[in-house]
Amino acid sequence: METLIILLVGVLTSVAIYLLLSRSLVRVILGTAILSHAVHLLILSMGGLKKGTVPLLGEESESYVDALPQALILTAIVISFAVTAFILVLAYRAYQELGTDDLNEMRGVNDE
Amino acid sequence: MMNNIILLPMLIPIIAGVLLIFLRTFGRTQAWFSIGSMAAVAGISFYLLNAIQDQGILRLDFGGWVPPFGILFVADSFALLLVLTTSIVTLVCLLYALFTTGKLLESMYFYPTVLFLIAGVNGSFLTGDLFNLFVCFEVMLLSSYVLLTLGGSKRQLREAVKYVIINIVSSWFFLVALAYLYGTVGTLNMAHVAVRVAENGQEPLLTTISIVFLVVFSLKAGLLLYFWLPGSYSTPPTVVSALFGALLTKVGIYALFRVFSLIFHHQPEITHTIIGIMAAATLIGGSLGAIAFNDIRKIAAYNIVISVGFILVALAVSTPNAMEGAIYYLIHDMIVKALLFLLIGTLISLTGTAQLNQMSGLMKNYPLLGWSFFIAMLSLAGVPPFSGFIGKVLIAEGAIDSGSFVLLALVLLSSLFVLYSLLRIFKNSFWGETIISKEEQAPLHNKFLFPSLLLVLLTFGMGIGTEWLSVYVTDAANTLLHPEIYIDAILEEGIQ
Repeated sequence: METLIILLVGVLTSVAIYLLLSRSLVRVILGTAILSHAVHLLILSMGGLKKGTVPLLGEESESYVDALPQALILTAIVISFAVTAFILVLAYRAYQELGTDDLNEMRGVNDE
Repeated sequence: MMNNIILLPMLIPIIAGVLLIFLRTFGRTQAWFSIGSMAAVAGISFYLLNAIQDQGILRLDFGGWVPPFGILFVADSFALLLVLTTSIVTLVCLLYALFTTGKLLESMYFYPTVLFLIAGVNGSFLTGDLFNLFVCFEVMLLSSYVLLTLGGSKRQLREAVKYVIINIVSSWFFLVALAYLYGTVGTLNMAHVAVRVAENGQEPLLTTISIVFLVVFSLKAGLLLYFWLPGSYSTPPTVVSALFGALLTKVGIYALFRVFSLIFHHQPEITHTIIGIMAAATLIGGSLGAIAFNDIRKIAAYNIVISVGFILVALAVSTPNAMEGAIYYLIHDMIVKALLFLLIGTLISLTGTAQLNQMSGLMKNYPLLGWSFFIAMLSLAGVPPFSGFIGKVLIAEGAIDSGSFVLLALVLLSSLFVLYSLLRIFKNSFWGETIISKEEQAPLHNKFLFPSLLLVLLTFGMGIGTEWLSVYVTDAANTLLHPEIYIDAILEEGIQ
């Protein structure tokens, strides 16, 4: 199971990197969103997948799953949500001001 | 040892920031309120700094969860010295903002955002948990995104897009490194990670993970991976770039020191060699950048790059002298970089241009500004009696102790480049023929210069009062060189 998830992480990361390297700003932002999904899955699989019951008192069982990665992912999701919201607004404002969403035209070497 | 006061350097700015959001229309009140809260943080961190000298490293376990099970804040001399300097430098920058910025910046939540930035910076210095470090980094970065785009000029938006994307990618690397570290050692508490890494003798897998951490923190600190820095630090308003120049890269440097002196210090021939090579390349690249440009903001930004390389030379050699020197130099650099950016901002607002060849003979118009710049230049170059001297001497001594003569040569040469690049500004803009007559010159009110003069006094005072500071710096360096002091203060007997 872990191997499958890790392969999925690899696929997601390569898709994200492909998007990040494109010229259009919106595609770059989508790339960052997929990138964060990939790393969340990676953190999840690092805790080990489904080895026992929920880690609660009274669940009398031999082994329990690790609850910490889920707490980490929850925090990371909230942060990536905030950052994505910010960069979407930033992209919109940049498009309004600069009149382009092509990263090649945003290099800004010509105003020195 | 529990001590709730350790939380205050992060909590006060957050509470003050939230309150200020409701006071949007009261610009003056906002400014004084945030200055007051910075003064409070400075007082508290000074108190804590002295408490550490008596009681050893203090810690606060959130929710009473004993380490390594909960998140915790750790107060040691290194962290507290940086928190203290951060709050003083921010206080001065806020004074500058109070005197110079108009209604526009005030109504765009400038003061709350600065306070959130400081909360993130102080949190990063104080935390004892690697994931918490990530969270504090993000608090700091989100505020810095906002500050960078405040005003919304074309140039700012364009640079902000690059800055945000680069930081998202580096945060991604941070999460990847955390995931692998958690998968390998099963904990994220810094002291606990340090114990487990020491038990395993830092096998190749752990060294690889440490290099991912190195990439992350180098991106934040501008160590070799500084390509984004000059563009984004030279676009925002003066006070924002002063804050960025003084604080943001220092957080990355702090993280590098913490991680590579506490956790991954068992394979120095791999990790510390890489850091040394990166520091050398940073010194060369920064020096070339500092003399290549005509735009004085770019010159100042490349001076940041040089100082990052300079401080990381100390981590690469990791001798007692070098560590002490690095701490002195970090404190000095926070003060003097803020001073440099404030002076350059004043210069630009007075002349209306950032191009070096369009200024001349300003010494006659603004003598006080000129001599302040002269002192900032001497201090950055490391001339006694100013604060840069002791740090430079100790780092150079450290490089000699460890026999790294290439690094020593680069360290000394880079100081000459710093001096040359700033002397170029000084000579071109302050000496020469006065092209602005007394009638045409823009008035420079004394209060515009007051914050810069405060910083001049600080750099002078730090140079004179090194003896007084040395108690704290020696203790901080001692903790960095002997990780077991830190570990023993965090983990109780038995749960290692």
